[in-house]
Amino acid sequence: MSSRRSRQSGGSSRISDDQIIDLVSKLRQLLPEIRDSRRSDKVPASKVLQETCNYIKNLHKEVDDLSERLSQLLSTIDPDSPEAAIIRSLI
Amino acid sequence: MSSSLISPNPIAMGNPPAAASDRSREAKARRRKKKAQAQAQAQPKARSQSSKWKSQAQQQIFSSSLLQALANSRRGGGGSGGGAGRAVREAADRALAASAKGRTRWSRAILAGRIRISKFRKRKRPAAAVAAAAAAAGRSRKPRVSVSRLRGKGLPAVQRKVRVLGRLVPGCRKEPLPVILEEATDYIEALEMQVRAMSELARLLSGGASNGAGSSSNSPTAPPPSQ
Repeated sequence: MSSRRSRQSGGSSRISDDQIIDLVSKLRQLLPEIRDSRRSDKVPASKVLQETCNYIKNLHKEVDDLSERLSQLLSTIDPDSPEAAIIRSLI
Repeated sequence: MSSSLISPNPIAMGNPPAAASDRSREAKARRRKKKAQAQAQAQPKARSQSSKWKSQAQQQIFSSSLLQALANSRRGGGGSGGGAGRAVREAADRALAASAKGRTRWSRAILAGRIRISKFRKRKRPAAAVAAAAAAAGRSRKPRVSVSRLRGKGLPAVQRKVRVLGRLVPGCRKEPLPVILEEATDYIEALEMQVRAMSELARLLSGGASNGAGSSSNSPTAPPPSQ
Protein backbone atom coordinates (compact mmCIF):
# COMPACT_ATOMS: atom_id res chain seq x y z
CA MET A 1 0.00 0.00 0.00
CA SER A 2 2.50 2.53 1.16
CA SER A 3 4.95 1.79 -1.62
CA ARG A 4 2.24 2.19 -4.21
CA ARG A 5 1.20 5.49 -2.75
CA SER A 6 4.73 6.81 -2.74
CA ARG A 7 5.11 5.86 -6.38
CA GLN A 8 1.93 7.71 -7.25
CA SER A 9 3.14 10.87 -5.57
CA GLY A 10 5.66 11.13 -8.38
CA GLY A 11 9.37 11.71 -8.53
CA SER A 12 10.17 9.19 -5.83
CA SER A 13 11.24 6.68 -8.43
CA ARG A 14 14.06 9.00 -9.45
CA ILE A 15 14.80 10.70 -6.15
CA SER A 16 15.55 8.77 -3.03
CA ASP A 17 14.23 9.38 0.46
CA ASP A 18 17.68 10.50 1.52
CA GLN A 19 17.64 13.26 -1.03
CA ILE A 20 14.24 14.43 0.16
CA ILE A 21 15.51 14.46 3.73
CA ASP A 22 18.45 16.49 2.55
CA LEU A 23 16.16 18.96 0.78
CA VAL A 24 13.94 19.29 3.83
CA SER A 25 16.89 19.94 6.11
CA LYS A 26 18.21 22.61 3.72
CA LEU A 27 14.80 24.22 3.80
CA ARG A 28 14.71 24.05 7.58
CA GLN A 29 17.92 26.04 7.87
CA LEU A 30 16.19 28.96 6.20
CA LEU A 31 13.25 29.13 8.57
CA PRO A 32 13.76 31.50 11.47
CA GLU A 33 11.18 29.72 13.61
CA ILE A 34 12.88 26.35 13.63
CA ARG A 35 16.35 27.05 12.31
CA ASP A 36 17.94 27.23 15.74
CA SER A 37 15.88 24.61 17.51
CA ARG A 38 18.71 22.26 18.41
CA ARG A 39 20.95 20.58 15.92
CA SER A 40 19.18 17.26 16.07
CA ASP A 41 16.85 16.38 13.23
CA LYS A 42 13.85 16.04 15.45
CA VAL A 43 11.73 18.58 13.63
CA PRO A 44 9.16 16.57 11.69
CA ALA A 45 8.76 17.18 7.97
CA SER A 46 5.19 18.38 8.40
CA LYS A 47 6.41 21.06 10.79
CA VAL A 48 9.06 22.17 8.30
CA LEU A 49 6.44 22.36 5.56
CA GLN A 50 4.08 24.31 7.77
CA GLU A 51 6.77 26.77 8.76
CA THR A 52 7.85 27.12 5.14
CA CYS A 53 4.31 28.08 4.14
CA ASN A 54 4.05 30.53 7.03
CA TYR A 55 7.38 32.10 6.24
CA ILE A 56 6.61 32.53 2.54
CA LYS A 57 3.27 34.13 3.45
CA ASN A 58 5.02 36.48 5.85
CA LEU A 59 7.56 37.45 3.23
CA HIS A 60 4.79 38.07 0.71
CA LYS A 61 3.08 40.32 3.21
CA GLU A 62 6.29 42.22 3.86
CA VAL A 63 6.80 42.74 0.15
CA ASP A 64 3.21 43.96 -0.13
CA ASP A 65 3.72 46.46 2.68
CA LEU A 66 7.03 47.62 1.26
CA SER A 67 5.46 48.03 -2.18
CA GLU A 68 2.79 50.21 -0.68
CA ARG A 69 5.37 52.25 1.15
CA LEU A 70 7.65 52.61 -1.85
CA SER A 71 4.80 53.71 -4.08
CA GLN A 72 3.88 56.38 -1.54
CA LEU A 73 7.48 57.50 -1.27
CA LEU A 74 7.93 57.60 -5.03
CA SER A 75 4.76 59.58 -5.57
CA THR A 76 5.93 62.31 -3.22
CA ILE A 77 9.38 62.60 -4.72
CA ASP A 78 10.15 65.61 -6.84
CA PRO A 79 12.33 64.94 -9.86
CA ASP A 80 14.84 67.58 -8.74
CA SER A 81 15.21 66.42 -5.14
CA PRO A 82 18.26 64.63 -3.75
CA GLU A 83 16.18 61.44 -3.44
CA ALA A 84 15.55 61.46 -7.16
CA ALA A 85 19.29 61.81 -7.62
CA ILE A 86 19.77 58.74 -5.44
CA ILE A 87 17.38 56.80 -7.64
CA ARG A 88 19.15 57.97 -10.77
CA SER A 89 22.51 56.96 -9.36
CA LEU A 90 21.20 53.49 -8.52
CA ILE A 91 19.80 52.95 -11.99
CA MET B 1 49.60 26.72 -35.88
CA SER B 2 48.85 27.54 -32.31
CA SER B 3 51.28 25.01 -30.91
CA SER B 4 54.17 26.41 -32.92
CA LEU B 5 53.34 29.86 -31.59
CA ILE B 6 53.19 28.80 -27.98
CA SER B 7 56.06 26.35 -27.74
CA PRO B 8 58.99 28.75 -28.25
CA ASN B 9 57.98 30.89 -25.30
CA PRO B 10 58.90 28.60 -22.41
CA ILE B 11 62.19 27.74 -24.10
CA ALA B 12 63.08 31.37 -24.65
CA MET B 13 62.18 32.12 -21.03
CA GLY B 14 64.57 29.42 -19.93
CA ASN B 15 67.40 31.73 -18.79
CA PRO B 16 68.16 31.50 -15.05
CA PRO B 17 66.53 34.68 -13.61
CA ALA B 18 63.31 34.12 -15.52
CA ALA B 19 63.21 30.51 -14.42
CA ALA B 20 63.68 31.53 -10.78
CA SER B 21 60.85 34.04 -10.94
CA ASP B 22 58.76 31.41 -12.66
CA ARG B 23 59.42 28.98 -9.89
CA SER B 24 58.54 31.44 -7.18
CA ARG B 25 55.41 32.40 -9.04
CA GLU B 26 54.49 28.75 -9.30
CA ALA B 27 55.01 28.28 -5.62
CA LYS B 28 52.84 31.28 -4.88
CA ALA B 29 50.17 29.95 -7.17
CA ARG B 30 50.33 26.61 -5.44
CA ARG B 31 50.00 28.22 -2.05
CA ARG B 32 47.08 30.29 -3.26
CA LYS B 33 45.44 27.18 -4.64
CA LYS B 34 45.81 25.41 -1.32
CA LYS B 35 44.32 28.36 0.49
CA ALA B 36 41.38 28.46 -1.87
CA GLN B 37 40.80 24.77 -1.41
CA ALA B 38 40.91 25.11 2.35
CA GLN B 39 38.41 27.95 2.20
CA ALA B 40 36.14 25.96 -0.06
CA GLN B 41 36.22 23.06 2.35
CA ALA B 42 35.62 25.30 5.35
CA GLN B 43 32.35 26.55 3.85
CA PRO B 44 29.33 24.45 4.64
CA LYS B 45 28.14 22.50 1.62
CA ALA B 46 24.52 23.57 1.84
CA ARG B 47 25.40 27.26 1.83
CA SER B 48 27.87 27.39 -1.01
CA GLN B 49 25.30 26.70 -3.68
CA SER B 50 22.58 29.05 -2.52
CA SER B 51 24.72 32.00 -1.48
CA LYS B 52 24.00 33.86 -4.70
CA TRP B 53 20.94 35.56 -3.23
CA LYS B 54 22.95 36.83 -0.30
CA SER B 55 25.49 38.76 -2.33
CA GLN B 56 25.44 42.52 -2.42
CA ALA B 57 25.85 42.46 -6.19
CA GLN B 58 22.64 40.50 -6.61
CA GLN B 59 20.78 42.99 -4.45
CA GLN B 60 22.18 45.83 -6.52
CA ILE B 61 21.01 44.19 -9.73
CA PHE B 62 17.56 43.72 -8.30
CA SER B 63 17.29 47.26 -6.93
CA SER B 64 18.35 48.91 -10.13
CA SER B 65 16.04 46.82 -12.29
CA LEU B 66 13.16 47.51 -9.91
CA LEU B 67 13.79 51.26 -10.02
CA GLN B 68 14.14 51.14 -13.77
CA ALA B 69 10.80 49.36 -14.07
CA LEU B 70 9.18 51.85 -11.71
CA ALA B 71 10.62 54.79 -13.61
CA ASN B 72 9.30 53.34 -16.87
CA SER B 73 5.83 52.73 -15.47
CA ARG B 74 5.68 56.26 -14.06
CA ARG B 75 6.69 57.77 -17.36
CA GLY B 76 4.20 55.65 -19.27
CA GLY B 77 1.05 55.50 -17.17
CA GLY B 78 1.51 57.85 -14.29
CA GLY B 79 -1.09 55.77 -12.53
CA SER B 80 -1.97 57.58 -9.32
CA GLY B 81 -4.96 55.32 -8.70
CA GLY B 82 -5.45 52.86 -5.89
CA GLY B 83 -3.34 50.22 -7.61
CA ALA B 84 -0.05 52.02 -7.19
CA GLY B 85 1.14 49.67 -4.49
CA ARG B 86 0.20 46.68 -6.59
CA ALA B 87 2.05 48.11 -9.57
CA VAL B 88 5.17 48.39 -7.44
CA ARG B 89 4.64 44.87 -6.23
CA GLU B 90 4.34 43.51 -9.75
CA ALA B 91 7.41 45.40 -10.80
CA ALA B 92 9.25 44.03 -7.77
CA ASP B 93 8.27 40.48 -8.58
CA ARG B 94 9.29 40.85 -12.20
CA ALA B 95 12.59 42.38 -11.19
CA LEU B 96 13.17 39.53 -8.77
CA ALA B 97 12.39 36.94 -11.42
CA ALA B 98 14.63 38.73 -13.87
CA SER B 99 17.53 38.65 -11.43
CA ALA B 100 17.08 34.89 -11.15
CA LYS B 101 17.96 34.76 -14.86
CA GLY B 102 15.47 32.05 -15.63
CA ARG B 103 17.37 29.40 -13.72
CA THR B 104 14.39 28.43 -11.61
CA ARG B 105 10.84 27.42 -12.28
CA TRP B 106 9.33 30.06 -10.00
CA SER B 107 11.09 32.89 -11.83
CA ARG B 108 10.04 31.59 -15.23
CA ALA B 109 6.49 31.31 -13.96
CA ILE B 110 6.46 34.91 -12.79
CA LEU B 111 7.85 36.17 -16.07
CA ALA B 112 5.51 34.04 -18.16
CA GLY B 113 2.25 34.73 -16.35
CA ARG B 114 2.44 38.06 -14.66
CA ILE B 115 -1.25 38.84 -15.15
CA ARG B 116 -2.38 35.50 -13.89
CA ILE B 117 -0.27 35.82 -10.77
CA SER B 118 -1.62 39.20 -9.83
CA LYS B 119 -5.17 37.96 -10.29
CA PHE B 120 -4.40 34.88 -8.29
CA ARG B 121 -3.05 36.98 -5.45
CA LYS B 122 -6.05 39.23 -5.47
CA ARG B 123 -8.38 36.29 -5.17
CA LYS B 124 -6.28 34.43 -2.71
CA ARG B 125 -6.59 36.85 0.15
CA PRO B 126 -10.34 36.66 0.69
CA ALA B 127 -10.20 32.90 0.18
CA ALA B 128 -7.56 32.58 2.88
CA ALA B 129 -9.58 34.78 5.20
CA VAL B 130 -12.65 32.62 4.64
CA ALA B 131 -10.62 29.49 5.28
CA ALA B 132 -9.18 30.95 8.45
CA ALA B 133 -12.63 31.97 9.64
CA ALA B 134 -13.97 28.52 8.86
CA ALA B 135 -11.09 26.90 10.69
CA ALA B 136 -11.64 29.15 13.68
CA ALA B 137 -15.36 28.37 13.67
CA GLY B 138 -14.67 24.68 13.40
CA ARG B 139 -12.25 24.85 16.27
CA SER B 140 -14.65 26.67 18.52
CA ARG B 141 -17.46 24.25 17.80
CA LYS B 142 -15.49 21.02 17.93
CA PRO B 143 -12.38 21.27 20.01
CA ARG B 144 -11.59 17.58 19.71
CA VAL B 145 -8.50 16.52 17.88
CA SER B 146 -10.02 13.40 16.43
CA VAL B 147 -12.24 15.42 14.13
CA SER B 148 -9.32 16.75 12.16
CA ARG B 149 -8.02 13.24 11.78
CA LEU B 150 -11.30 12.05 10.33
CA ARG B 151 -11.55 15.01 8.03
CA GLY B 152 -8.07 14.42 6.72
CA LYS B 153 -8.59 10.81 5.75
CA GLY B 154 -8.36 11.58 2.04
CA LEU B 155 -4.96 13.21 2.20
CA PRO B 156 -2.31 12.82 4.86
CA ALA B 157 -1.37 16.05 6.61
CA VAL B 158 2.02 16.21 4.95
CA GLN B 159 0.61 15.94 1.46
CA ARG B 160 -1.92 18.65 2.16
CA LYS B 161 0.87 20.93 3.29
CA VAL B 162 2.90 20.09 0.22
CA ARG B 163 -0.05 21.20 -1.87
CA VAL B 164 -0.35 24.47 -0.01
CA LEU B 165 3.36 25.06 -0.46
CA GLY B 166 3.13 24.25 -4.15
CA ARG B 167 0.52 26.94 -4.51
CA LEU B 168 2.65 29.49 -2.67
CA VAL B 169 5.69 29.03 -4.89
CA PRO B 170 4.97 30.34 -8.39
CA GLY B 171 4.87 27.67 -11.06
CA CYS B 172 4.99 24.78 -8.61
CA ARG B 173 1.33 23.99 -8.22
CA LYS B 174 1.56 20.63 -9.93
CA GLU B 175 5.17 19.76 -9.39
CA PRO B 176 6.42 16.71 -7.50
CA LEU B 177 7.68 17.09 -3.95
CA PRO B 178 11.43 17.29 -4.62
CA VAL B 179 10.92 20.06 -7.15
CA ILE B 180 8.71 22.00 -4.77
CA LEU B 181 11.27 21.68 -1.99
CA GLU B 182 14.13 22.85 -4.17
CA GLU B 183 12.17 25.72 -5.63
CA ALA B 184 10.88 26.78 -2.22
CA THR B 185 14.43 26.92 -0.88
CA ASP B 186 15.57 29.19 -3.68
CA TYR B 187 12.36 31.23 -3.62
CA ILE B 188 12.65 31.96 0.10
CA GLU B 189 16.18 33.24 -0.28
CA ALA B 190 15.10 35.36 -3.22
CA LEU B 191 12.20 36.79 -1.22
CA GLU B 192 14.50 37.60 1.67
CA MET B 193 16.73 39.48 -0.72
CA GLN B 194 13.69 41.26 -2.15
CA VAL B 195 12.63 42.38 1.31
CA ARG B 196 16.16 43.51 2.17
CA ALA B 197 16.55 45.47 -1.05
CA MET B 198 13.13 47.09 -0.86
CA SER B 199 13.51 48.14 2.76
CA GLU B 200 16.90 49.54 1.90
CA LEU B 201 15.30 51.57 -0.89
CA ALA B 202 12.53 52.76 1.40
CA ARG B 203 15.15 53.77 3.94
CA LEU B 204 17.14 55.68 1.33
CA LEU B 205 14.07 57.44 0.00
CA SER B 206 12.62 58.39 3.34
CA GLY B 207 15.94 59.23 4.97
CA GLY B 208 16.48 62.64 3.42
CA ALA B 209 12.90 63.44 2.45
CA SER B 210 11.89 65.07 5.70
CA ASN B 211 13.17 64.59 9.20
CA GLY B 212 9.69 64.06 10.58
CA ALA B 213 9.17 60.93 8.48
CA GLY B 214 11.57 58.79 10.43
CA SER B 215 9.48 55.67 10.23
CA SER B 216 12.33 53.39 9.30
CA SER B 217 12.03 51.62 12.63
CA ASN B 218 8.45 50.67 11.77
CA SER B 219 9.37 49.15 8.48
CA PRO B 220 9.13 45.38 8.40
CA THR B 221 12.50 43.83 7.84
CA ALA B 222 13.53 40.27 7.40
CA PRO B 223 15.49 38.68 10.21
CA PRO B 224 19.14 38.91 9.32
CA PRO B 225 20.28 35.70 7.65
CA SER B 226 23.14 35.24 10.03
CA GLN B 227 25.32 32.14 10.23
